[in-house]
Amino acid sequence: MIVVENIFKSFGNETVLDDISVTFEKGKTNLIIGRSGSGKTVLMKSIVGLIEVDSGAIYFDGRDFIHMSLKEKQELRKEMGMLFQGAALFDSLTVEENVIFPLQMFTDKSHEEKIERVNFCLKRVNLENVNRLFPAELSGGMKKRVAIARAIVQNPKYLFCDEPNSGLDPKTALVIDDLISEITHEYNITTIVNTHDMNSVMEIGEKVVFIYEGLKCWEGTKDDVLISDNTYLNDFVFASNLAKKIRDLQPKQGN
Amino acid sequence: MIVNFGRYLILMYRVFSKPEKFRIYFRETIREIENLGLNSIGIVIIISIFIGAVITLQTRYNLESSWIPLYLIGLTARDTILLEFSSTMVGLILAGKVGSNIASEIGHMRITEQIDALEMMGINSASYLILPKMVAAMFFNPFLTVISMVVGIFGGWIAAIVTGALSSADYIYGVQYWFIPFYITYALVKTVVYAFIITSVSAYYGYYVQGGALEVGRASTKGVVYSSILILLTDVILTQLMLA
Ligand SMILES: Nc1ncnc2c1ncn2[C@@H]1O[C@H](COP(=O)(O)OP(=O)(O)OP(=O)(O)O)[C@@H](O)[C@H]1O
Ligand SMILES: [Mg+2]
Repeated sequence: MIVVENIFKSFGNETVLDDISVTFEKGKTNLIIGRSGSGKTVLMKSIVGLIEVDSGAIYFDGRDFIHMSLKEKQELRKEMGMLFQGAALFDSLTVEENVIFPLQMFTDKSHEEKIERVNFCLKRVNLENVNRLFPAELSGGMKKRVAIARAIVQNPKYLFCDEPNSGLDPKTALVIDDLISEITHEYNITTIVNTHDMNSVMEIGEKVVFIYEGLKCWEGTKDDVLISDNTYLNDFVFASNLAKKIRDLQPKQGN
Repeated sequence: MIVNFGRYLILMYRVFSKPEKFRIYFRETIREIENLGLNSIGIVIIISIFIGAVITLQTRYNLESSWIPLYLIGLTARDTILLEFSSTMVGLILAGKVGSNIASEIGHMRITEQIDALEMMGINSASYLILPKMVAAMFFNPFLTVISMVVGIFGGWIAAIVTGALSSADYIYGVQYWFIPFYITYALVKTVVYAFIITSVSAYYGYYVQGGALEVGRASTKGVVYSSILILLTDVILTQLMLA
């Protein structure tokens, strides 16, 4: 469980996170949704400490993250896996070397065991026979999947995914969503996913937090999303014509 | 200026904190010796040969028809190469080649979030990325300096013979005449300090890049310019300290 309390963050005089408090639950896929530029990435990076917040508190299963020393933060980060919006693969290393990297840095397993683990993770993201390729030789979606494999290779307790399926076709996106959800339940970890994809919300949104211009505007589950009367959320959810048509076809439910 | 210096010190503090896994750092250092050191041998040889030749010829033509014995040309060429050229000039050239390479590599990693990815794995990214480069350069650049000395003096000899400016015997006699071994120590000390400056300063500018490809380019220029200025400044200070 990750608890965020009253965090603020500004760049210059632009407030990007405005008093955000939210609890991300263990064993669930927690989604942060919102329009482009609403502050999802800044929020996620603030939670993991890549961006320093101006004020507020963050607890990882009760452990006060903000007041930790650099060394303690480093230790805690070994329990985290993160998928960056741009994949952030090391481009001087092959796919295999990318995924094996955290293992080599922190474990003393034999090389065979490590390779086995790497192949297992690559298989989970539906990637095979790409071990020797460099990131520059992969498609955008493949890079994302390699990055997911790298994020889960150490069995993290906390998994962060910044737009895991942007740039993927709907079918691959679904595979990735299901994978994230499966891993979350299988290992009972705390997962936070940034997305602006309504398909993902409906697929895996066990807990959904809606951010609007740096404010937490709404929170609930995927089932509540469609019937909320929050106008900002409605604007976001029913942005597309398709969604509007489907909504209008439904008999009105009392809300 | 002061802010930059403060951030530089903080970065260096992180760079020199205890490495996570010695074996991996060692492997990276070997890789950097190849990348930054071995790959610079070619340019050092080419430049040293020509500058050695030019120094010899210039000295010769400046002394035209004077009463000074010709073998002193060999001595002058040698001392210029040992004292200044092979350490400082080569240092400046490496600041351009190695410095821009380091700043743009690290800067690129910063803007593509690869540095954040390292941090997220619980790795000290500053130390992991910068320490092997610093160690590699400080270890290997003295070899480059020695190569430059030998090749530079050889270049002077070739020039002497080819142009007939002075005889091979005069040149060789001059090169051996009144040789002060301390000059080599002095040059090597300078080289090691320059290696520290080049790698740490350009890494600093790369590490703190914000923005995109344009800023990476700017960081790389800054890294080269500031390394070069600091090299020249250090040259004055070390010369005063060691030769005065
Ligand atoms: N380093 C920074 N310096 C200044 N402003 C920043 C910085 N990082 C983000 N911002 C600003 O913060 C706001 C939120 O950005 P953020 O990247 O969190 O959006 P997002 O919700 O992740 O959008 P997207 O869906 O497009 O990824 C934007 O207005 C952006 O300009
Ligand atoms: Mg984002």
